[in-house]
Amino acid sequence: MIKTSGLCKTFPGGVTAVRGVDLAVEAGEIVGFLGPNGAGKTTTMRMLTTLLRPSGGTATVAGHDLLADPRAVRRRIGHVSQGGAVSPAVPVRDDLLLHAMLYGMRAAPARERIGKVLERLGLTGLEARPGAALSGGQRRRFDLAFGLVHGPSLLFLDEPTTGLDPQSRAGLWEHVRDLRERDGLTVFLTTHYLDEADALADRLFVIDRGVIVAEGTPAELKGGSASLDEAFLAITGLSPGEGAPSAETSGGSSSRRGAAR
Amino acid sequence: MRTVLRDTWIVFLHGTRIALRQKAGIAFGVLQPLLYLVLFGPLFATIGTWETLVPGLLVQVALLSAGMAGFGVVFDVRSGVLERLRVTPAPRVSLLLGRVLSSSLTLLIQSVTLVAVGYGFGLRARPFGVLAALALMTLLGVGLAALSNAIALNLAPELFAPVVSTAVVPLILLSGAFLPMSMAPGWLDALSRVTPFRHVLEAVRDLFAGRYLTWTVAAGVAVALLLSAVCVTAGTRVFSRDAA
Repeated sequence: MIKTSGLCKTFPGGVTAVRGVDLAVEAGEIVGFLGPNGAGKTTTMRMLTTLLRPSGGTATVAGHDLLADPRAVRRRIGHVSQGGAVSPAVPVRDDLLLHAMLYGMRAAPARERIGKVLERLGLTGLEARPGAALSGGQRRRFDLAFGLVHGPSLLFLDEPTTGLDPQSRAGLWEHVRDLRERDGLTVFLTTHYLDEADALADRLFVIDRGVIVAEGTPAELKGGSASLDEAFLAITGLSPGEGAPSAETSGGSSSRRGAAR
Repeated sequence: MRTVLRDTWIVFLHGTRIALRQKAGIAFGVLQPLLYLVLFGPLFATIGTWETLVPGLLVQVALLSAGMAGFGVVFDVRSGVLERLRVTPAPRVSLLLGRVLSSSLTLLIQSVTLVAVGYGFGLRARPFGVLAALALMTLLGVGLAALSNAIALNLAPELFAPVVSTAVVPLILLSGAFLPMSMAPGWLDALSRVTPFRHVLEAVRDLFAGRYLTWTVAAGVAVALLLSAVCVTAGTRVFSRDAA
């Protein structure tokens, strides 16, 4: 579903955020993408979702070449960004209809589809409200609805539960699991919560300083460590982004590399 | 091409629905030129004509309304709405043009209001000339709104309002909105020729007077067309910037 090779991004001005990312994600997988702040998570995510043009490397996303045919990629993926997508002043229903129609749906089938997605996410009855009149958890589920309304085969979730209360988090996890079980959706998510990665993901990739430093199932990455948190800190160094000894970091990671590739 | 037209239409309808719901926004956009019409017009009419002033106020409302259209984009960047739109397969030109056309429709409503009130005060203009002038102003509105969107996406959000509202004042003055620039000293006259709005304004004055086939009208239409083409192209580039 996702295959990248040497994907990299250097911004104008010379900052290299991603140095060369190799990923392989199979259809139907829930994959967690972890890394400290500034490691290149969001940049990679933005490249995979066509929002940012890679400086080098190749990528096939949802069956299409990212560089050659970004529109075909856009048609098949859903994206829930970190900051959300709900407009504070517009009834969500109107924005959802616009969104669905920009994927080529006609108004009547789009309305029907929106109704189904909202029912599934427990949002029926709230669609006439503007974003400002929704709770944080409701807004996040509407963000998810935007990502799902066109029936994508691959869903990108950028820190989907940041700032949510425990009930809303658990609820969102249930929805993500259900989407995979019932629709066979492939999910690629970034998160800072290692319990979320542990609970939700089949497989994890850890990025640090712009390269993948570890991959495997949560159990594989834990290895001998007591918790995923401990394993994560061992892989990425204790003070990420502040000059932690990179030689030790990459040395530590190679032994933790799972066999999933 | 069909997708471009369809998606432009969808974005336009959505933007228009939102704009029409916010009637206060439309009213405030035309309030300042209306105040000029009501509180300055009668004074101006003692030395000049309504046919000189009303076209000037049309340029003023274009700059204040379509020129500020980028404000919407500033909010849409902040709320994540723009990113949500950019991740859809919709052509980038449609994402821009749809919202720009909707800003231009708002401008048309405001312009019609201004001309109607102008008639009430004593404006005497040819109906066909007025229709042609409104069409020209709507075209100018497309260019201005596209430019405003492009500026909004290139400036820090907190700079947009101060920068654009500061730029609007000299542009209104240099267009000759209140007095024809032919009365100005040579340097000021020359400076005003560099700004696009003078040419459009003089075309509108000609159209109001029933002079349709003049070089002034041709120049005004050409300038408005060129401005729109350049700004929509530039705006589309800004909208698709960085993307794959």
